[in-house]
Amino acid sequence: MSFPWAKEYTPSHPAMVWLDEKLPLPRFVYNAIGAGYPVPRNLNYFWNFGVLAGFCLVIQLVTGIVLAMHYAANTGVAFDSTEHIMRDVNWGWLLRYMHANGASAFFVVVYAHIFRGFYFGSYKAPREMIWLLGVLIFLLMMATAFMGYVLPWGQMSFWGAKVITGLFGAIPVVGEPLQIWLLGGFAPDQAALNRFFSLHFLLPFVILGVVILHIWALHIPGSSNPTGVEVKTESDTVPFHPYYTAKDGVGLAVFLFLYFAMVFFAPNALGHPDNYIPANPMSTPAHIVPEWYFWPFYAILRAFTADFFIIPAKLMGVLAMFSAILVWFLLPWLDKSPVRSGTYRPTFKKFYWLLVIDVLVLGYCGGAPAAEPYVMISQIAAMYYFLHFFVVIPVVSAIEKPLPLPFSITEAVLGKDEAATVAPAE
Amino acid sequence: MIRIFSILAGAFFSVALLWSFGKGASSYVSEPPKPTVESVYHKHAEGPEGGFSFEGAFGKFDKQQLQRGFQVYTEVCATCHALKHVAFRDLKEIGYNEAEIKAIAAKYKVPEYNATTGEVKTHDGVAKDHFPPVVYGGQGSPPDLSLIAKARHGGPNYIYALLTGYQPQPAEVLKQFPDAKIPAGLNWNPYFANLNIAMPQPLVSEGQVSYKDGTKPTVEQMSADVSAFLMWTAEPKLEKRNQTGWPVLGFLLFAMVLAYMSYRTVWADKKH
Ligand code: HEC
Ligand code: HEM
Repeated sequence: MSFPWAKEYTPSHPAMVWLDEKLPLPRFVYNAIGAGYPVPRNLNYFWNFGVLAGFCLVIQLVTGIVLAMHYAANTGVAFDSTEHIMRDVNWGWLLRYMHANGASAFFVVVYAHIFRGFYFGSYKAPREMIWLLGVLIFLLMMATAFMGYVLPWGQMSFWGAKVITGLFGAIPVVGEPLQIWLLGGFAPDQAALNRFFSLHFLLPFVILGVVILHIWALHIPGSSNPTGVEVKTESDTVPFHPYYTAKDGVGLAVFLFLYFAMVFFAPNALGHPDNYIPANPMSTPAHIVPEWYFWPFYAILRAFTADFFIIPAKLMGVLAMFSAILVWFLLPWLDKSPVRSGTYRPTFKKFYWLLVIDVLVLGYCGGAPAAEPYVMISQIAAMYYFLHFFVVIPVVSAIEKPLPLPFSITEAVLGKDEAATVAPAE
Repeated sequence: MIRIFSILAGAFFSVALLWSFGKGASSYVSEPPKPTVESVYHKHAEGPEGGFSFEGAFGKFDKQQLQRGFQVYTEVCATCHALKHVAFRDLKEIGYNEAEIKAIAAKYKVPEYNATTGEVKTHDGVAKDHFPPVVYGGQGSPPDLSLIAKARHGGPNYIYALLTGYQPQPAEVLKQFPDAKIPAGLNWNPYFANLNIAMPQPLVSEGQVSYKDGTKPTVEQMSADVSAFLMWTAEPKLEKRNQTGWPVLGFLLFAMVLAYMSYRTVWADKKH
């Protein structure tokens, strides 16, 4: 947000003066991520994850585009062309391992980013639009990751595609024609692989576009902060550069260290061995599991094992799985508590940590075979998941008595704020 | 309004889940899942004693061992299993020189399909060719081995355990599971997923191959060697990956320290 005290861009070098007159790009950058953008001074490391997500997107775009130069989207050779990248293309193994582990890193970072939002109430007014665009990005990321996983045309690629596109078949009446239309056939084959490649190339750029809107929307109110109290005076803020460029630098270095430790020393740890077996429509793997970042939702899908009145179990699972994410769109309106940050919401906070554990349990069950006791555990865990968002959040926000808030960010940081003695508390 | 709808939706999903849970739980109680022959007799794979030289972040291939493993592959496994992702020229990485590679390649007949005439001709292998397909007429279908070490849980340890794990079916198996008779032509192996493998025990006796480097060719030794070789065929860039990883991580550690120091400097006068 351009608070009244935001510094103005004053180029000194003649070349920059010249450029600023013709195309005020330097001014734009200065006001977006430079000294011209005042940001709350008390952001903790959880506010690093947005920048890290942007970095992951860049890693995926760069490695992905080079991979696409060597990959062939043809069911006859897709698997072999992936192996060709791993063996014959210069540094191809590094590109591929960076891209595969980059997808995982992206989801780790985005889950942290989303759960930061849950805890600190980042989705609340005036930041609803940032949040809505964020959920949209998350949906696009899931679609992109799913289609990317199909490309190497291994066993899990094929069977994963078959199971997930099969979900559309659960929709009454239009389901089956829709599924056939989406796949271009009755089962994943050449037509499906080719269109998945095309879309997998396209969607990251759509994500990039939505990210730009996301950050634009962010710059209107500016970032929230761990207290959830809005910025009041200049002493509540610091200029983005150098303060947060420096802090983001720390987060980035730590992130890259962990990411490359995975890429170089455990590049297949998160993958499934079956995807090193070429796709074979005649042989079903013992356990079809998606990549780890889909496990919580996969557990919800499989938790519905019995028909519910007239609704078949499979359709219930599909409805539930999509609702589990779509409910996030409603969050700004379900949570009516005027207090943003979970730090000042004692009851909410307990349920928040219960949700974190619940999602981890769901994730574990989603990766496990579809057998007892995992199914029963995921039924209980899925129940809490729905109760949390649909019931606990609205009810708690209506009845909870929050703790007293600090007067301002400055007071929260320094213990006192001169402005508080002048202006009456809100 | 929206919150009333939401509570109703939450109740809807919860009741549906309770319903599923109730049905699942009651059938779990009335018919508890019985142990299967796999759940009782399947064994977790253990690798050779002392492990493999390529394990861990400092791991390196032992070229002598890879050459021995290649010998086991060509003399034993190659009758049934192909190695399609490996080219003869790749053998340079495990220590063969160009003349040796030429000689190895020339022993293979490589098919060549002419798309215009529809003819299939064969030519003597040259360095750039890949190992050709293998025609197999026996029971089961032997998988291509180039990626097998990455395509199974446990990787090379699993291959080692599988090769050394053949045994007669223990007598108590049939007592407990009368249906678990080994189908004709299959073999009992507690490391194989369904315990009955079509591959006859390939490495049966000491001295089945004779090593030129004086290593004693016990069954365990040959199994370890061929497992190591198959790790190389699956992940030929393993050594380069480890060697590249350390400098990259070292640099990033340095970057981390610098970034942290500049963060401390920049924020020195700002309480936050
Ligand atoms: C007589 C033919 C034959 C020979 C020789 C042979 N195999 Fe096999 N192998 C097979 C067959 C057939 C299968 C498929 C087994 C099945 O699916 O039941 C197989 C499967 C395998 C598997 C995969 C097991 C799994 O988990 O699916 C490995 C690994 C393997 N062989 C390694 C070797 C090695 C190493 C050698 C040489 C030491 C070798 N084989 C020699 C026929 C052979
Ligand atoms: C490609 C993926 C994404 C990128 C690149 C991205 C980028 C960013 C950046 C740079 C910020 C500011 C820094 C920060 O607060 O961490 C931010 C803030 C935010 N993002 Fe994202 N984001 C992504 C996905 C998401 C998703 C999936 C959601 C939610 C579902 C989300 C919700 C938010 C919210 C609510 C804020 C404001 C936080 C606050 O000020 O308290 N973002 N995002």
